[in-house]
This record gives sequence, C-alpha cells and structure tokens, in this order.
Amino acid sequence: MSEATNQLLENLNALAGGLFLLTAFGMVAMRQARGCLNLFIGQSLLLATSAALLGLRYHSVHLYGVAVVNLISKPLIVPWLLRKTSPEEVYTRREVDQALNIPTSLLIALALVVLAYFLGLPLSNAVEPEFRGPNVSIGIAGLLLGAYTLTVRREAVPLLLGILAMENGAFFAGIAISRDLPMLVELAIATDGLIIVFIMGVLTRAVQKHVGTTAVGGLASLKEAAVEPGKGEVSGK
Amino acid sequence: MSVLIILLIPLVATALVCIPLKRGWPMGVTVVANAALLILTTQLAWRIAAGEPITAALQVGMLKWIAVDGLSALILLLIALVATTASIFSIGYMGHENVLPGQLRLYYANYNLFIFSMLAVPMAAEPTLVWIVVELTTLCSALLVSFDNTREALEASWKYVLLSLMGAGLALFGFLVLFAAMRAAGGGTYTWTGLVVAAPRMPPILLQTAFVFILIGLGTKVGLVPMHTWLPDAHSQAPSPVCALLSGVETTVILYVLLRLFPVMQAAPQSHAETWAIILGLISVGTAAFLLLQVRDYKRMFAFSTVEHMGVILTAVGLGTSAAGYSAMQQIVAHSVTKSFCFLAAGAALLAVGTREIAAVRGLIRRSPGAGAALVLGGLAITGAPPLAIFLSEFSILKAGLTEGRYLVTGLLAVFIVIAFFGVMLHINRMVFGARENGQNALSANQHADAERGEKFRLPFSCRLALILTALPMLLLGVYIPKPLHDLLTLAASALTK
Repeated sequence: MSEATNQLLENLNALAGGLFLLTAFGMVAMRQARGCLNLFIGQSLLLATSAALLGLRYHSVHLYGVAVVNLISKPLIVPWLLRKTSPEEVYTRREVDQALNIPTSLLIALALVVLAYFLGLPLSNAVEPEFRGPNVSIGIAGLLLGAYTLTVRREAVPLLLGILAMENGAFFAGIAISRDLPMLVELAIATDGLIIVFIMGVLTRAVQKHVGTTAVGGLASLKEAAVEPGKGEVSGK
Repeated sequence: MSVLIILLIPLVATALVCIPLKRGWPMGVTVVANAALLILTTQLAWRIAAGEPITAALQVGMLKWIAVDGLSALILLLIALVATTASIFSIGYMGHENVLPGQLRLYYANYNLFIFSMLAVPMAAEPTLVWIVVELTTLCSALLVSFDNTREALEASWKYVLLSLMGAGLALFGFLVLFAAMRAAGGGTYTWTGLVVAAPRMPPILLQTAFVFILIGLGTKVGLVPMHTWLPDAHSQAPSPVCALLSGVETTVILYVLLRLFPVMQAAPQSHAETWAIILGLISVGTAAFLLLQVRDYKRMFAFSTVEHMGVILTAVGLGTSAAGYSAMQQIVAHSVTKSFCFLAAGAALLAVGTREIAAVRGLIRRSPGAGAALVLGGLAITGAPPLAIFLSEFSILKAGLTEGRYLVTGLLAVFIVIAFFGVMLHINRMVFGARENGQNALSANQHADAERGEKFRLPFSCRLALILTALPMLLLGVYIPKPLHDLLTLAASALTK
C-alpha cells in the first residue's frame, strides 16, 4: 500500500480515537439510561472501526476478526439481551442525583484523560514503532473514564454500561499493542461480556422486584455502624 | 486426560441437577460429584507430589491452554475439599421446606457452575484465559450471593459484581500489556511458564505497568484493603455453605493468580513487586484487625478475618525467601480449611438462633451445644491458637521473617495477629458463654420461648457430618504434615521463585 494511503488510514484511526474518547465523556455526563446505551453502541462501533482501520493498515486478518466480533456482540446482542433481562422501567428513568454534579464530573474526567496520556506515553515508547499510535493513551483514558462512571452513577443500566465501557477501553489499547491475541480468547471475552449483561440484568430485575428501585448505587444498608438490633435477621427462613 | 475429567464433572453435575426430580436429587448429585472431584484431585496432587510431571493436558499448536503444576494441584485440592464439605452442609442448610424446588435447583446449578469456574482458574495456563475464568467465578457466584433475595443480599451481590468486574476491567488491560511485553521480548508461548522464561528480555516499564494494573484489579477480588469494601457484605449475606466457598477458596484462587506474577516480576527488580506485596498485605492485616474489634455481625467478623489472612499470605510471599514461600503455602491450606469450618459453624449458629447479630446471641452453648462448640473451635482455629493448623503456619511465617532480619514487618504482623485474636475471641466468648442481658434480645418470640424453656436445637445430621469432616484436617495439620503434602507444599512454593 502506498505511503499516502497508510497516512490516511492512520489519520482516520486517530479520528476514530478522538470520537471514542468523546463517547466515553458522554457516558459520564448523560442523564438518561437510553442515551447511555446509544453512546455505548457508538463507542463499540468506533472500536470496531479502529480495529478494521488498523487491520487494513498492517494487513492483519486477525484485527478484522476483532472488528467483526465487536460489531456483532456489542451493538446488536447487548441491547437485545438488556431488553430481555432488565425491566423496561430503567430506560425511561432520568438520573437526577449523581454523586457529583455534571460539570465537576467532567472536570475530573478531563484530569483522568491527562493522567492517561502520561501513563500511555512510556508504554507506547517501549513497543516497536508499528504498535505505537494514539490507541494506547485513548484506551487507558476509556478504561479510567469507565471506572469513574462506576463511582458516580447510581442507576443500574449506566453502571452496567460503565463496566462494558471499561472493557472497550482496554480493548482499544489492546488492538494496538497486543493485536495478535488468539482469536479464541477474543471470542471468549466477547461471550463473557454477554454473560455480564445477562447476570447484571437478572440482578437488576431482582432488585426492582424486591426493593422497588433500580438506583442500585443508593443501596447502603450494609455498614458496620448501621446494623440495628433485629436488622440482621434472616428472612425467607 | 484425568485433568480434563476434573473440569467436566461439575459441568455434567450442573446439567443433571436441572432435571426436575425429587428434592433429594440435586443434593445427592452435587455431593457425589464433589466427592468424585475430591478423589480425582487428591490422586492428581499425589502424582504431582511424587514427581510425575503433568504439564500440558490440552495443547493446540504451540500454545498450552491447560497445564497443572504443584501450585495449581494444591489449589485444586483445596477447592475440591471445601466444595465437598460445603455440599454436605448444604443438605441440612438448604433442606428446610421454605426453599422451593425451583430455587433449590437454581442454587445447585449455580453451585456446580461456580465450582467449575474456580477449578478452571488454576488449570488455565494462558493468562488471558485465566482472566476470563476469573471473571466467570464472579458471574457464577453473583446469584448465589443474592440467593436470599433480601434487600441486604441483593445490595451485597450488586456491590460484589460491580467492584469485582471493575477490578477485572483494570486487570484485563494489565494482561493485554503483559501480552505486548511478551512480544516485545521476542515472542514465545504466552503461558505462565513462557512468561517466566521471557521476563528478563521484557521492557521493564511494560512489566511494571502490567503488574500494577493486575495487582489492583485482582486485588479487589482478593479483598485487599482499600479495595475490600464489598467483601464483608458479600461474604456475610450469602448462604453459609456459599460463604465457606467464597471466603475459604475463592479469595485463595484469585490470590493464586497474583502469586503467578511474582516469579515473572523477579526479572524486573527495580519494580519492587515484593515491597508492594508487603505494604498491601500489612495494610490489609492491620485494617482488618482493628475492624474485627467493632463488628456487630458474626458472619461479617469471619469475612474481615478473610481480609486479614489474605494480607498475611501476601506479606509472607513478599518476604521472598523459600522458607517464607513454604509457610505461605502452608497458610493457604490452613486458611482454606479453617475458614470454611468457621463459616459452616456460623451457618450452624444461624440455623440455631436465626440472627446474624452478635449482640442478640448469648449463651449459644446452652441452646445448641454443637453449634456453640463449633464456633469456639472455629474462632480459636482462625485466630491461630495452638495446636491448630493456622498456629503452625503463622508461626513459621513469623519465624521466616525473623530469620530474614525483617523485624519491623514481622513485628507489625505479630501485633496485628494478636489484636485479631482478641477481637474474634471477645465476640465469640460473649456469644457462646455470655449470660443474657435484659432488653438486648432480638430473638424471635418463638425462639425466645424455646430458649426460655431450655429447649435444645438439634443440628441436622449432614451439618454435623460436614463440621466433623472439616475439623479433622484442621486439627491434624496443626500437629503433623504428611509427607506427600509436604512434598506438594515444597513444589508449590518453588513456583513462587524463578
């Protein structure tokens, strides 16, 4: 392939990376669960795009495989599975009380991205030139922003999507630095993501049925000091 | 081949318990399956201890997906042992009429899947495959933790899943970086043994980054302070036999993955992996020891004690000598057996009094002599009273620390262990022998009336049997370590160094 095409593919990959970062920011700030889901789908599509572009650039059939697995499992099966398992109510809810207000959240998220840049730099320099690129730092940023989403969110579905977004972040870095991972592992990790959605969906449904809320982050009765006499009784016996 | 059969048994058992037959069917299948596992893993461990190398059981191309060595055989043996006793205890614990047949099948299907996922961790040789099965251990046990479907149990389960998966996300990045480091070192097979071989050629920065991400990520699931917040919740809200599995072996299984990194990290001495281990270990032991003084729920008490013991093991591994490594392995065995006994005893106490609250339980020895005696024995054993198993292993850890001249580390460890001893025994002493105080009684009216009349609660036979079976190795290992086990421990400890 000519030098110009390679340059173009690298630039397109950088663009996909920038948009990937933007979706990660969006998931920190978006109030609606459905909006979060759409952002997650967009993020997964960008991950697949980046994998396909890098596959084209470095002639790696394996990366095409990653792109296809991501294209099928996350934007298609995850939303379907989520609808099957978790209660319908979670989509219509607006999250009014986040742990921190949104501007503060975004500022902290910005700081995390700067941190990710400095974490990613030495890693990029340690691998051969063909594995470098913006992917490592952006991937770490996605990972940290996903973890941050988990700490500020209260609602079940955004929390679940935060977990999957962390995985997306790890993979966004992974497709650059460890691109020849066995295909079997990729498939297993994708399946694993689906099991996460299933189990957490079932848990959400159980919480809604027995506790009457889907704001699972607000559950806080288990503490050292909060046990009042009689509270520790086992029900269902 | 027998290695693969070990993985198949729990899967077959899962399928079998789903068949809707009589109530006893899922219980019987699970006990038989786990007893078979115990026999097979003992045989496997025996062969490995005798020096027979079983390295590659499933090999596709250059890559060994499944391999068993001394360290993994030891962990497999512990999983099978606790799975067997907990499945026997489950008969009495889950047998009451309030549990519907459908729920019972769900419980046992999840139970066997959970055993499968744990067995797969020490067997998997490819690190990313290990990451996947570690993730599976969380997912298979989530519905077991929330089994009671109370507000507290659901909260505990949700916290457990969320924090474990968050840790797993960080660890995934660590494993991918490890893979990159492997390729930067010029390739080789991406397995635990391949990593140790290639480690000296890896760029140290990649190795360090991978180690820190994996230590924090999986450390969350081991319950290391400050990532431990979910552990006392999940380990106290799950049904007691499940607690025995979670605390007794699941934490150990995840710790095993961290232990696999230490021989790799020795190639990069400037990253101070061992110092990290000692610092995190001591913080965990110290925090848990002080929290043990103020718990109000006796299952939470044993859960904090798990945090403490994970810290002790990690500190011992951090000392880095072969004597310390051997005693760390000893501590792993002693802790698994003893902690599972403690949770079974706590389950027996819960059956007898119906509350988890320490303040509400007084004079347990009069209500149920069996549960009371088991709780005292468990408390003494877990805090390291002589001549029980943990006493021997903690003593040899402290001895190894002193011979190395690590006086500060050893001194702190000793102080924290003593504090934990007082914390646990104070609570247990009150619960078992204490006199009833007025206005501090939260027993239900029914149980209260029973207690007034001096009626004794009789533990189901299966519960007593499970307690006795678990107590035997706990008592025996305090005075005598059989030769094959000694060989296995030596072999396992040798996996900690290059």
